[in-house]
Amino acid sequence: MKSFVFPEFQIIRDEEKCGQCRGCERQCAFGTHSYDPVADRLISDPYKCAGCQRCVIFCPKDAIEIKPTPSFYRPNASWSREKLEDLKKQAETGGVILTGCGNDKPFRIYWDHIVLNASQVTNPSIDPLREPMELRTFLGAKPDYMDIKMDNGEMEIDTRVGPNLMVETPILFSAMSYGAISYNAFRSLATAACKSGTFFNTGEGGLPKEMRGEFGRCAIVQVASGRFGIDAEYLNCAAAVEIKVGQGAKPGIGGHLPGEKVSPAVAATRMIPTGTDAISPAPHHDIYSIEDLSMLIYALKEATNYEKPISVKIAAVHNFAAIGSGIVRAGADIIAIDGLRGGTGAAPKAIRDNVGIPIELAISSLDRRLKNEGIRNRASIIAAGGIRCSADIIKAIALGADAVYIGSAALIAMGCNLCQKCYTGKCNWGICTQDPRLEGRLNVDIASQRLSNLIHAWSHEVSEMLGGMGINALESLRGNRDHLRGVGLYEWELDVLGIKGAGE
Amino acid sequence: MARAQFAESQAEKMSRSGERMDEVEIDATNLSTRELNDRLRDLMQAGVESVVLRNVCGQRYIGTRLYSPEHRKMKIEIFGTPGNDLAAFLFGHEIIVHGNAQDGVGNTMDAGEIVVEGRAGDVLGFSMRGGKIFIRDNVGYRTALHMKEYEEKRPVLVVGGTSQDFLGEYMAGGIVILLGLGGKVHKGNFMGTGMHGGVIYLRGSIEASQVGGQVEISPLDDNDREILERYVSEFMSRFPDLGLNKDQILKDEFVRLSPRSKRPYGKLYAY
Repeated sequence: MKSFVFPEFQIIRDEEKCGQCRGCERQCAFGTHSYDPVADRLISDPYKCAGCQRCVIFCPKDAIEIKPTPSFYRPNASWSREKLEDLKKQAETGGVILTGCGNDKPFRIYWDHIVLNASQVTNPSIDPLREPMELRTFLGAKPDYMDIKMDNGEMEIDTRVGPNLMVETPILFSAMSYGAISYNAFRSLATAACKSGTFFNTGEGGLPKEMRGEFGRCAIVQVASGRFGIDAEYLNCAAAVEIKVGQGAKPGIGGHLPGEKVSPAVAATRMIPTGTDAISPAPHHDIYSIEDLSMLIYALKEATNYEKPISVKIAAVHNFAAIGSGIVRAGADIIAIDGLRGGTGAAPKAIRDNVGIPIELAISSLDRRLKNEGIRNRASIIAAGGIRCSADIIKAIALGADAVYIGSAALIAMGCNLCQKCYTGKCNWGICTQDPRLEGRLNVDIASQRLSNLIHAWSHEVSEMLGGMGINALESLRGNRDHLRGVGLYEWELDVLGIKGAGE
Repeated sequence: MARAQFAESQAEKMSRSGERMDEVEIDATNLSTRELNDRLRDLMQAGVESVVLRNVCGQRYIGTRLYSPEHRKMKIEIFGTPGNDLAAFLFGHEIIVHGNAQDGVGNTMDAGEIVVEGRAGDVLGFSMRGGKIFIRDNVGYRTALHMKEYEEKRPVLVVGGTSQDFLGEYMAGGIVILLGLGGKVHKGNFMGTGMHGGVIYLRGSIEASQVGGQVEISPLDDNDREILERYVSEFMSRFPDLGLNKDQILKDEFVRLSPRSKRPYGKLYAY
């Protein structure tokens, strides 16, 4: 059937500069560029271009430009180009529109409407280069009170504190499974996490056996509805276990890794036959209630001898704060909440772009709810979905989060340009692919260095902003909304965020 | 008896007898789930290979906390009624229940064997990837959901009676056999919905309306008969008191449920 969709990008090649090295042809897994021997020049097929900019960046002569096409449908505020084209594709195939990465729609980004405080005159600010700043964070349940025992004038803490994760900086790598991302990308995250004193999350694709010894100590292993690659050894080699209930990019639905991506190595890690669809059902079929969730939380605590904190990850949706309260009461040590803008390797676009709530509002409501119920100490909150810079992190913490997960940000550090074609498995950057040729483009040493650099830079910026507020420990900022003010927000938004307007 | 005292007394007994203690009994009366599992773990680490639990009444996760890096194995005999999630994440141990079991038996089990001399509840063998489960009587809803297999790991579930709805939903591997003994008729609906691997054998017959759209109902071939012969024999050896006649059972009508495709959702998307 003739497709009525025209190309999204135009490819401009400067023939003067082009040295016909055919590098662009090799770089593009989508097959956009090819050499025409008759015309003796390189030609490009814009229909195939994903706009990932790989050829642009790797052209040794800077001869290529990829731009949005100037062709247009008659402008129509209701029928945007995206709406028209998605509809046409569905009319042509009868399929669900699939996409990758996070929600790209213009929902209000609250981070950009919140400003931070700084010290002036009445309390001195602190210079992090000169004075110690405490970013170290403990994630897990804290006791309601501490019993202290005096022994011959020596003070001892008599209360047994449950297992906690110690992170040197409140930035963790979000769940991205081996299978969705390449082995090199997965290993880069693990390497950087161990190096930077933080944790990576395996997602639901298991943890390759050869990585367990070296990287288990910095791994949060996931137990999701598909239960892939899970055995007692997987659970016990890790620092913590996370039950994945939902994901911000696709709340309420499961996922499936298409059989094409289930290579022998991915199959071995997930422990499923090569080439079969790896299907994660929408719910966990052993969890239909908070009581059932509690049963799985305690099954995992039993399976790990009560030595590891258990996290539960949910997507931020309506009424999720009440669910969060149930999760804490069910015995979770950590709640991870994933907001509307959370990324994914593949999600139906209708769901990605329309389901869930922004993370900023979610952090504040959950923190407030747990505080009001007097159970905030029983679980830590990790916020995910839309963290783009250090300022977002510090605002998240002031709104009540203990730490943040970064997913898209970590991928961008490794080379991702958010072309949203993750689900094709043809990632030219070697990140979201199982093709050995493409995967080899991602060098673990370089990618992990880029990730460590990012963590280092953001941590330092967080210290600078903290110091500017006259605070020397992140702990003192947690849930401290007095340090935030809103700009350009409605009254209800300020109420949900629990902050005052700027100038108040 | 406190945990430390218990472990100590066991250790003492062991040193007195000068040999490894092969079998230990625990009276589970008034023990909480955690206390009972503490003791089992201590015994495993002390090298005990066989434990008898008496008066078990609702304690959960029996067998779950028995992971050891050395992959120690234990045999646990249970008298009474164990609670939910019996043998969840089981890592190669052997469990025999002289009585009924509740929900979640063998949840995400990896290896080992469970024998229940009675019935089992819902969500039996959920996401099980290896090992064997033999249930003498009937089982509840959502049995063998998303059961998997990988290379030499091929889980087996044999049920003497029948199951309720949603048997083998999302099934991705493994072998499930329902024997329908005692004239039990298979009345479960939605069998094998979303199935994309593995095989289910039912003794007796079912209507096409009882299975999901991804399932093919077919008669047995020689390979199927071989599989059935092997596991029916194993089932009978676990329950000798039933006095079953294998040839009699095997000559009856069986049907096989298998997936139409390994990729049931392959054509769902517009790229």
